[in-house]
Amino acid sequence: MIRIAFTIALLAAAQTAWPAAGGEGLEQSGANVHDLASVQRGAAMFVTYCHSCHSAEYMRYQRLAQDLELTEEQVQENLILGSGEITDYMKAAMPAESEQWFGKKPPDLTLTARSRGADWIYSFLKGFYLTGDGWNNTVLANASMPHVLWELQGIQRPVMETYTNENGEEETRIAELQVDQAGSMSPEEYDLALRDLTAFMVYLAEPAVLKRESLGVWVLLFLVVFTFLSWLLYKEYWRDVKK
Amino acid sequence: MAKPASNTSRQLANAGAWIDQRLPVSEFWKKHISEYYAPKNFNFFYFFGSLAMLVLVLQIVTGIFLTMHYKPDASEAFASVEYIMRDVEWGWLIRYMHSTGASFFFIVVYLHMFRGLMYGSYKSPRELVWILGVFIYLVLMAEAFMGYVLPWGQMSYWGAQVIISLFGAIPVIGDALVEWIRGDFFVSDATLNRFFALHVIAVPLALLLLVVLHLAALHEVGSNNPDGVDVKKKKDSKGRPLDGIPFHPYYTVKDIFGVGVFLTLFAFVIFYAPEFGGLFLEPDNFNPADPLVTPEHIVPVWYFTPYYAILRAVPDKLAGVVLMGLAIMVLFALPWLDRSKVRSIRYKGIGSKIMLAVFAVTFIRLGMLGMGEGTYIQTIEARIWTFAYFGFFILMPFVTKYEKTRPEPERVTK
Repeated sequence: MIRIAFTIALLAAAQTAWPAAGGEGLEQSGANVHDLASVQRGAAMFVTYCHSCHSAEYMRYQRLAQDLELTEEQVQENLILGSGEITDYMKAAMPAESEQWFGKKPPDLTLTARSRGADWIYSFLKGFYLTGDGWNNTVLANASMPHVLWELQGIQRPVMETYTNENGEEETRIAELQVDQAGSMSPEEYDLALRDLTAFMVYLAEPAVLKRESLGVWVLLFLVVFTFLSWLLYKEYWRDVKK
Repeated sequence: MAKPASNTSRQLANAGAWIDQRLPVSEFWKKHISEYYAPKNFNFFYFFGSLAMLVLVLQIVTGIFLTMHYKPDASEAFASVEYIMRDVEWGWLIRYMHSTGASFFFIVVYLHMFRGLMYGSYKSPRELVWILGVFIYLVLMAEAFMGYVLPWGQMSYWGAQVIISLFGAIPVIGDALVEWIRGDFFVSDATLNRFFALHVIAVPLALLLLVVLHLAALHEVGSNNPDGVDVKKKKDSKGRPLDGIPFHPYYTVKDIFGVGVFLTLFAFVIFYAPEFGGLFLEPDNFNPADPLVTPEHIVPVWYFTPYYAILRAVPDKLAGVVLMGLAIMVLFALPWLDRSKVRSIRYKGIGSKIMLAVFAVTFIRLGMLGMGEGTYIQTIEARIWTFAYFGFFILMPFVTKYEKTRPEPERVTK
C-alpha cells in the first residue's frame, strides 16, 4: 500500500514539468554521423566555407583522414588549406589581424555541436536574412558573422507579423523567411547540404562517437551474458539459504 | 613419479602458515569475509554499499590514467582534456568512465543513504557507521566539486566562482577565506593547481580512510537488515546467528550479480549517452573557461542541485548559506532525532511512512528546481519544499516518539 503510494508520488514528481527548458524553435537537423558519405561531403563543405575563418584547433587532419576513410594524400590535396601538414591541428587560414574584420575572433568550431547542439547549427545556418541594416539571424540575433553560404541558399528576407505579447501589447516579429533571390541550390538541396555539414560538425565535436557507438553493442552484449550467468550462479548458491 | 599435486598443496599450505604467523591474513579473511555473518534477508537496497566501493575503485583507476595526460594549467587544461578525448588511445573511454562514474557515485550513494533512512540503519548501535558515512558524503561532495573544475570549461570556471564565493558570506573572515581558498583574487591558474592536488591525492586519501573506518565500524556492530531486528540475538549451538549467512560466498556471489546489472546500466550511459542530456556533461562546459564572459545560467551539476535550490530559496545570502550548510549537517543528528522503539520503516507508524515518502519527493523536487533558472514561481515552490525538507527532521522526534508502532518480529521475515 505504502509502496504504491510512494511510487505514485514519485511519478507525480517526475510528471511535473522540468524547470529547465531550452532548444525551442530549432529545426531538427536530421544529421546522421554514421553516414560516412554525408560526413565526407560535410567535411568538404566545412573546409570550403567555414575553415578559412574558423579553426577546429583540437582536431588533427590525420585523424580526419583515418575516420573519414580518406588517404592522407586526399586530405592533403583537398582539405588542407595553404601549407598545413597532415599532422597539424586544423587552424584557420585567416591571419591574426583579421579579428578587426568582424569585431571579434571567429570562434573555434571544434566543439560547437556539443556546446550548442546539432539542431542549433542547422537552424542557425538556415536562419540568415537580409534587411536594410545588413545580415541578421533568427537563431542568433545580431550575429557578427555574415551569411557565407548565401550563394547556395540565396537571399532570404523576413515577413513580419504583429502579435499581442503576454502584457497585452502589440509587437512585431518575424513570421517566416522568404527567399527573395534564389541561390545555386533549391531549398531542398540546401537543407541536405546543411545536414551534411551538421553531421560533419557532430563528428568533429567528438570523433570517438563512431567507435563509441559501434563498440557499445558488444560491451552491452557481453555484460548481459555476464549478468545472466552471475544470476544463475547466485540462484545456485542461494538454494540452501531460501529454505 | 611422487605425488606432485599433494606436494604442491603441502608447500602452499606451509607458505600460508608461514605468512599467517607473521601477518594475520586468514584471520582477516575469516573475520571480515568468510565468517562475517550478514542477515539473510538483504533486499535490493543492500546492493549499493558494495557498488559504491566498486565505483570508488573505478574512479581511482580511471583517475590515475587521466592524470597521465591531463595538464593542470589554466592555459592547457581544456585542450588537454580534448587531447585525451581524441589523441590518447582509449582516452575517450577512460574519460567517460570517470565523468559518468562521478554521477553514478552519487546515484549509488543517495540510494545507499535512503536505505539507511528506510531501515533505521543509523540507530543504536550504528550511530558511528552513519556519522562516518555522512563524513564520506561530505568529502565526496568536495571531491566531485574539485574534479568538476579541472576540465576548465565555462561551467567549471563559473561554478567554482559561485561556490567558492559562498564562503564570502561568512562575517568578518569571509573575504579573506575566499582569497585563501582561491589562492588569488579571482578563480585562476593557482586555484586550478591546488584543486588538482586536492582532487587527485589529498581528498581521495581522506575518502579511503573514511571508507575503511565506515566498514570497520559496521563489522564491529554487524549489518542491519530490512526488518531492523538484531540477528545476533538468536544463535545456533556453534554460536552462528540463525538468520545470518557468511558474507562469502553468499553475498559475494549476490553482489557480483548486482555488479553485472550496475555495469550494464553504466556501460549503456558511457557508450550511448555520456552527456546524459546535459546532466552529466553540461553543454556550456564544452566552451573553454573565459573569465570575461559570464554564462547566462550558472547551475551546479545535478547532484548538488537540491542544496542549491535551498540556497536560492532564501533571500539573504548569509542565511541561504547557513541553511544550505544546515541541510547537510542535520544528517549528523539523525541517530538522535529518531526516537522510535523500532528501526525499520516496516514496523514504524503511518506518520513515519508518510514523512519518509514526502522527504524522498522533496529531495527530488528540490533537485529539479535547483536546475531551473530560478524564476519567481520556482523560488516560491523551492521555499515550500525547503520547509518540507527541514520539517522531516524537526518533526521526526515527535512523530517517532508518539506514533503507534508494530512490534518487531523475533526473527527476520522472508
